[in-house]
Amino acid sequence: MAPIIQLDRVSKQYDEQYAVKNLSLSIEKGEIFGLLGPNGAGKTTTILMMLGLSEPTSGKVRVCGIDSLRQPIEVKKRVGYLPDNLGFYQHMTGRENLIYTAELNQIPRKEALERANYLLEKVNLTDAADKKTGKYSRGMKQRLGLADVLMKNPEVIILDEPTLGIDPEGVRELLALIKSLSEEEKITVLLSSHHLHQVQQICDRVGIFVKGELLAEGTIESLAKQLFQQDSFITRVKAHPVDGKLLEKLEQLDPVSKVEETADGIDVYSSANIASLISRIIVEHGAALHQISNENYGLDEIYHRYFEGRDEHESR
Amino acid sequence: MNMNLASIREKIIPKRNEETSVERGNPSAFFVLVRKEFTDYIRSWRIIILLAIIMLACFGSLYTAMTTISDAIDNSEAEELGRSLYLFLKLFTVSDGTLPAFITFVGFLGPLFGIALGFDAINSERNRGTLSRLMSQPIPRDYVLNAKFVASLLLNVVLFFSLGFIVMGLGILMLGIPPTVEEFLRIFYFLVLCIVYIAFWLNLGILFSVVFKNSATSALSSIAIWIFFQVFYGMIIQLLSKSILNPEVITDAADAVSRQGFVLNLMRLSPSYLFEESTTILLSPNIRSVGPLTVEQTVGAVAGPLPLTQSLLLIWPQLTGLIAATLVCFAIAYLAFMRQEIRSN
Repeated sequence: MAPIIQLDRVSKQYDEQYAVKNLSLSIEKGEIFGLLGPNGAGKTTTILMMLGLSEPTSGKVRVCGIDSLRQPIEVKKRVGYLPDNLGFYQHMTGRENLIYTAELNQIPRKEALERANYLLEKVNLTDAADKKTGKYSRGMKQRLGLADVLMKNPEVIILDEPTLGIDPEGVRELLALIKSLSEEEKITVLLSSHHLHQVQQICDRVGIFVKGELLAEGTIESLAKQLFQQDSFITRVKAHPVDGKLLEKLEQLDPVSKVEETADGIDVYSSANIASLISRIIVEHGAALHQISNENYGLDEIYHRYFEGRDEHESR
Repeated sequence: MNMNLASIREKIIPKRNEETSVERGNPSAFFVLVRKEFTDYIRSWRIIILLAIIMLACFGSLYTAMTTISDAIDNSEAEELGRSLYLFLKLFTVSDGTLPAFITFVGFLGPLFGIALGFDAINSERNRGTLSRLMSQPIPRDYVLNAKFVASLLLNVVLFFSLGFIVMGLGILMLGIPPTVEEFLRIFYFLVLCIVYIAFWLNLGILFSVVFKNSATSALSSIAIWIFFQVFYGMIIQLLSKSILNPEVITDAADAVSRQGFVLNLMRLSPSYLFEESTTILLSPNIRSVGPLTVEQTVGAVAGPLPLTQSLLLIWPQLTGLIAATLVCFAIAYLAFMRQEIRSN
């Protein structure tokens, strides 16, 4: 099946500067794709180009098999978009806002009302449905935004920083909601964020986006593998006492690439999981082993790696 | 899994296609936008307060006009007076000095009303973050701007026609004199003129709302331009005219006339002057010309009011000028809006 979102060597240039440079990306139907990047990396620009709200300088964008540049209205019928700082008409209630969206999508009034009620229940806003949106909290607005996006019964939803400014509990609820939507309604989700942990929880695939360029793309494990070929394992050891001999011994082990002394222990970087070996060495050495644990690489480390690279690149 | 997705896709796509074919000939999304804007206007405090002020002012001026006219009627033969002086039109133009006349009020409050309708049309949507949400709906981009314009114009039309007709109705009740057809038509054209004039300020407001991201900036700039034309422009031209019309430099009559014409044309660059000139001519049929008249030109002229067609002919340039200014403002706003980035910050 053809990918539902396909970007082919897309560039967007503002004056002399590239906001997005030579971006190729394809997203399959039904997956949750996370677009990761720091502020100003060109995430929003990319999203606006997908919706035909911004014109690419070069390249082709196809969403649901439709050219976004030529037929933006057809694309917008199938794609729901949640902007990063979204707002509602404050003097209207939550339900009225949803109905208004439905009317703009030419959904008959009766169907619109049913759908609004269904979605309000789904995002847990039934109690606040008749409250003016001016009185909504940030998290409520975000949930209402999700309902609003779903009003048109979209094939794809694009969420721009959906977790921005919500408390941790709210974030968890929202992410669970997005996940369940993608599973139950078979909706393709593209979400952009700079909150890595959150994205990590729900995304099937992520793309790391820096300065308008897609640096890496794939599942989180594959990204970790690509990046940390030599030292993809960290073993964190808490032991006492730690002396130079012990460190030397550990360093001499075959899979170990680096041993670092930290405030209350040692970090051992290795290419394989050697926790048992390390613990034996420590015990044989006569030190007391308090704790030993394997650290997995999360997106944070991955992300950080990329930015390290970027900074070096810049300083050159 | 793939089969499953494919079957869902099939289910959804034919339905969508049907919808599309229905929508083609269906402008209802535009109508939805207009209706919402219109409701927003009549519910907003800003507009309600302005409406109240305009109503009060109009009824106040109507009252003073009425007392002045009744005094005049008491002093002479009513019927004769009504016929020769276009008594009914005086309802809109006469005052006893305590309160300004209806046309003065409209000339003053109308632009304010137009600006109040337009100044935050686009930038408030942008600041509230509703613009990007609106833009992601399947509607053409220009619908938003057009709908705002149409909704405010509609409000204007409703307001001024009802106001004009209420004043007329009260006039008939209180004075007991029905308007002639010509008077009625003159009032009708006067109301149309008011709407065009307010539409100009409305579009200026919309233009600024597109250009300036901050609604306070756009409101203040619109009001500054309005005050400039309403108050200071006339003073500046007067100042200039002192040197232009200096008796020492004028050589002959033709020169005097052309200099006078030049000053007048300078004045006519101001929309408020255009409005003033045309309302005066429409509502006071006795005025025969908008420019200077020489004695030779008036020799042989029958003293009496101008027929409606001639009055209309006289104000034709003013009216088209106002409409053109309105359209220019709208065109610039339209172009700017279509080229603007949608992102909210």
